[in-house]
Amino acid sequence: MKFLVCISKTPDTTTKIGFVDGNTRFDTERVQYILNPYDEWYALVRAIELKESNGGSVTVINVGSAANDAIIRKALAIGADDAVRINAEDTDAFFVASQIAAHAKDNAFDVIFAGKETIDYNGSEVPAMLAEMLDMPFVSYASHLDLAGNEATISRDIEGGEEVVSVQTPFVVSAAKGMAEQRIPNMKGIMMSKRKPLNVVEPTAVEATSVISSYTLPPAKSEVKMVDPENMDELVQLLHNEAKVL
Amino acid sequence: MSNPTVDHQNGRAAKTDLYQAHDYMLVDELLTEEQKLIRDSARAWVKKEVSPIIEDYAERAEFPSQLLKGLGEIGAFGPTIPEEYGGAGMDYTSYGLLMQELERGDSGIRSTASVQSSLVMFPIYKFGTEEQRRKYLPKLATGEMMGCFGLTEPDHGSNPGGMLSTIKDAGDHVILNGSKMWISNSPFADIAVVWAKDEEGKIRGMVVERGAEGFTTPTIHKKWSLRASATGELVFEDVKVPKENLFPDIRGLRGPLTCLSSARFGIAWGAIGAASDCYDTALRYSQERIQFDKPIGAFQLTQKKLAEMITEITKAQLLAWRLGQLKDQDRATPAQISMGKRNNVNMALEIARECRQILGGAGISGEYPIMRHMMNLESVVTYEGTHDIHLLITGMDVTGFNAFKG
Repeated sequence: MKFLVCISKTPDTTTKIGFVDGNTRFDTERVQYILNPYDEWYALVRAIELKESNGGSVTVINVGSAANDAIIRKALAIGADDAVRINAEDTDAFFVASQIAAHAKDNAFDVIFAGKETIDYNGSEVPAMLAEMLDMPFVSYASHLDLAGNEATISRDIEGGEEVVSVQTPFVVSAAKGMAEQRIPNMKGIMMSKRKPLNVVEPTAVEATSVISSYTLPPAKSEVKMVDPENMDELVQLLHNEAKVL
Repeated sequence: MSNPTVDHQNGRAAKTDLYQAHDYMLVDELLTEEQKLIRDSARAWVKKEVSPIIEDYAERAEFPSQLLKGLGEIGAFGPTIPEEYGGAGMDYTSYGLLMQELERGDSGIRSTASVQSSLVMFPIYKFGTEEQRRKYLPKLATGEMMGCFGLTEPDHGSNPGGMLSTIKDAGDHVILNGSKMWISNSPFADIAVVWAKDEEGKIRGMVVERGAEGFTTPTIHKKWSLRASATGELVFEDVKVPKENLFPDIRGLRGPLTCLSSARFGIAWGAIGAASDCYDTALRYSQERIQFDKPIGAFQLTQKKLAEMITEITKAQLLAWRLGQLKDQDRATPAQISMGKRNNVNMALEIARECRQILGGAGISGEYPIMRHMMNLESVVTYEGTHDIHLLITGMDVTGFNAFKG
């Protein structure tokens, strides 16, 4: 079995978010980056587990510059066998999906994993586009995945319950919480990751289909106003005129 | 998925670890990507495995032995030992970063890893025969086998050269007599690296296996420090040690002191972890705790404490980083390592005490890690060369006069 895992770089969850260039670009100054948790904890670890039980190989793929090599090495340290980096700025989901599809097309992967979303832009678009471009079935938000021969049984969390889907390889799946447990890289894995192949591939010519018009931060939280429990009139007046919820 | 906020061993609720590292002078930029990944992985492991349970184990003075397997799996045992013997072949700066993160969790957990790595695996690798390396190192690396180090004796601490433990030649084996004191890991160790004098009065090193007749490891109780670490004695009464268990070539104090240099190097880093955890806790507390209608962090005296702490932590980080560079180039002298160990541990101890004050009454509570770190550091400032002895090593190094011998 050949597994491909799409991985992204996202700002650390403690990052203070700001924008530049007239609120059209994320301010990357002094931002610490991490491997997107949905890609790392669930997609990558499940792919590695399936490789460990079924044999085969796990390749990770990323679209980005050499600055992304650190998170790619982490994926290799966790247990991926090799990595591909498409050497281009990841402008939008269509661009990224097109680059991954161009690589995957000729490499006959049996299962293509992605996280259900990246924790920065929360687009959830790449795996769906990728499935369409490769003419493969797509199962989204998968919380459990078992593989028996060429048939996968996948559980999806749906509103108020669970849906179980079966699908034949090859397919694309996006992984949600529950699919696997986080694996922390160990020292040997980290040392070994240096010797694993990281192939840098030049992008194919694809135009992005969207541009960001602007970003807006959510309004800052206002201070809490304390109202005396005896003073109901003031509370009602505040809810009417300031909070405007009555 | 198991709930990481509950200690499944005893079912008690555990605390959430809010720790964030502090890097005021962007020292991170001096590290390689690999070193940062090693540091971050160790930090993640500590948050997941150590923080939720450590306060409880320290309170009950019990060693969390279930962590040994995980310590082996992440590679905390013998990380600098070459891969062919089960290590990871890491550089010393990485080893230091690993110790920093383990001690951020607890000095006792770091001690267990220090002893196994620097005082057991290192001498077997450095002084042992090829057979000894093959027999012990791979199992020590996984934690399947645990070791301890016997140098200090009841009457010989700072002066190990005066040791009374002896070995006598008895043909294919030697007869070992004596006792060792304050030995981390001794109560559960499978092997002990022991130093004793031969009939010519020369110090020899050897591996003594648990189960040897006449060899016992009584536990030391009633400690107010390193409570989550197992400490004991090693008692040898006519213990037969096969000659193939002796280190063949090393003679004299140079053997054990070489091991201690390696361990002290790790402590110089470890102390930064303990200090950072205290500082991080006190900084957050100072921003949240309101007195006289404002956060206590807004008062000048609290700011003085916090500002001096981050300054001292930053200096310690730079000292440790430089020491790591020298160690990786095999140029770090024992005296330089002494300076690093002494300065950084003292820094951590003073920061722990100041942080305890910032937290006021809450500072003495097990709800926060500070008092535990503070009590642990009282051991760390004493073991592996006391604060005063390291000062005299620096004194001797700069003046040429030995002030602690006769």
